[in-house]
Amino acid sequence: MNRSSGFLSWFMDPKRRGPMLIAPAITVLLLVNIIPLMWSFGLSFFKYRANTLKLPKFSWFYSYEKVLTKDNIWETLQTTAIIVAGSVGLQMIFGFLLALLFASQFPLRKILLMFVLAPMMLSNVAVAIYFKLFYEPEFGLLSQFVQSFITGEMYVLLGTPAGALIGVIFADAWQWTPFVMLLVLAGLVSVPKHLYEAAEIDRMSWWRKFTTITFPYVRSLLLLAVLFRTIETVKIFDLVFILTNGGPGTATETIGVLVYRTAFQFFRTSNSAAMGYILLFAVIVLTSLYLYVIKQRESEEI
Amino acid sequence: MKKKVIGQAGWLWTLLASVVAFIYFFPVLFIILTAFRSRSDTLATPPKWFFTPTFDNFYHIFFRSMSNSTEYVATGFHMYFFNSIYISGISVLLALLIGTLAAYGFSRHPLRGNDTYMFIILTTRMLPPIIVIVPIFLIFRITGLAGTYTGIILMYTAFNLPFSIWMMKSFFDELNTEIEDASRMDGASERSVFFGVCIPQVKAGLAATSVFALILTWNEFLFSLLLTNKLTRTMPPAMARTIGGEINVDYGLLAAMICLFIIPIFLITYILQNQLLRGVTFGTIKK
Repeated sequence: MNRSSGFLSWFMDPKRRGPMLIAPAITVLLLVNIIPLMWSFGLSFFKYRANTLKLPKFSWFYSYEKVLTKDNIWETLQTTAIIVAGSVGLQMIFGFLLALLFASQFPLRKILLMFVLAPMMLSNVAVAIYFKLFYEPEFGLLSQFVQSFITGEMYVLLGTPAGALIGVIFADAWQWTPFVMLLVLAGLVSVPKHLYEAAEIDRMSWWRKFTTITFPYVRSLLLLAVLFRTIETVKIFDLVFILTNGGPGTATETIGVLVYRTAFQFFRTSNSAAMGYILLFAVIVLTSLYLYVIKQRESEEI
Repeated sequence: MKKKVIGQAGWLWTLLASVVAFIYFFPVLFIILTAFRSRSDTLATPPKWFFTPTFDNFYHIFFRSMSNSTEYVATGFHMYFFNSIYISGISVLLALLIGTLAAYGFSRHPLRGNDTYMFIILTTRMLPPIIVIVPIFLIFRITGLAGTYTGIILMYTAFNLPFSIWMMKSFFDELNTEIEDASRMDGASERSVFFGVCIPQVKAGLAATSVFALILTWNEFLFSLLLTNKLTRTMPPAMARTIGGEINVDYGLLAAMICLFIIPIFLITYILQNQLLRGVTFGTIKK
């Protein structure tokens, strides 16, 4: 046996089949995710600005201290929380209603479903730019509607902090409600039909059927939807960045926007890394919760 | 096979759903209409609902007259469109390939601490891209990957990989291993068990994974904004760049771009609609 086949047989050894199969994936993830993650973890303990040639200086927890005390991170977290609560709340309510609508078979269902799914397929950039136009005081549909039916004056939604928040929440909720709808739909179709048939025989009311059969079946999926959308919405960046750019003032500045600004506009690289880690911590907690709910659901079903 | 619906409803339900779908779709409809409006009709107050449609906006995406000249020059937009197709296509394929192998590994040859690996992989998908983007930006600048196709494709492959692994693992986990063992008994090699027995059974999974990965990659903004240059830019940052300043935004032009941009993804989603249900949960929910 020559050397190359010896090497090959080392590769093909059944004992190493598992590790060999996952090796390419682990390599890519290490290169593009894990190593940068470590790097930025290290960076958060240094004083470093990416736009100067000065070497990083080790500074222990200076960046964290600075981020937690001086920068307006608390306000930003609060803004993010408001947007998450508002948007995810709306998504859940309307996603659930839409799912109830599309859970049964009716003519043209597949095509109509595509119309409802369309916002999800739009790029965030497109949604942001067009909602900016809808909210525009002079030509925007919203302003014109208010002008001609309610006050007779131009309406500047994005001009006030509360208005801008509502604007962001509404646009985000509109875009991602179809996603929640798909999730709930997956839950609704998983309800065993014989339960409904039994309920029919017992002449249960619609409401009782809903609370005793439908809801328990989709409850864990709803929880998953809440967690999943929360994880995604905490990271919200593109929409806010283009729609309001964090304004007016810093009224709609989310944590994503703040990290971006700190990193690429003020070039306080190590501070942005520290902020990123605070954000990452929140996401890890939410992800663990998400997996916990999945495990619960699986054990319930078996 | 389980049916995808819970009951039958008639045309009355269709009517109700149409009304709801119309209201929901309205902003998109507005964008589509804007794409066919002439420049003066676009910003008319009150909005013009009936107008003579024009294809000018679609023409102007690709050819534009420079100030005051009547000569039309190419805007280079076909390039961004090509970039989007090329970059998302290659990276989704790569992620699918590497991800399927890894998923098969995790499913059939579990390692010690398999769950921990899966958790870390899921976390890398959930983690805010903004955290890795700073070091990635520095690494790309040092290695010269910034602005290259290789760089952004590598980035997107890694971006889609955790999702592919989770999805495909859930599909492999569902398969009946007896069929695999039977073909092993018949003397099939490991390779032919994988390609001949397993892969044909998870075709739906491959479809579900690719449609979701495609939607996300196609619309990704931040990585492309920071890691590509004039020649390798994809559509989303190119569109964002078109609005540039606050005043004089050419909404008609933008609407036409959005329309062109959504068509490929819309068609793919329509064809693979039934697979979408699986994708929304990252394959974490089975059936």
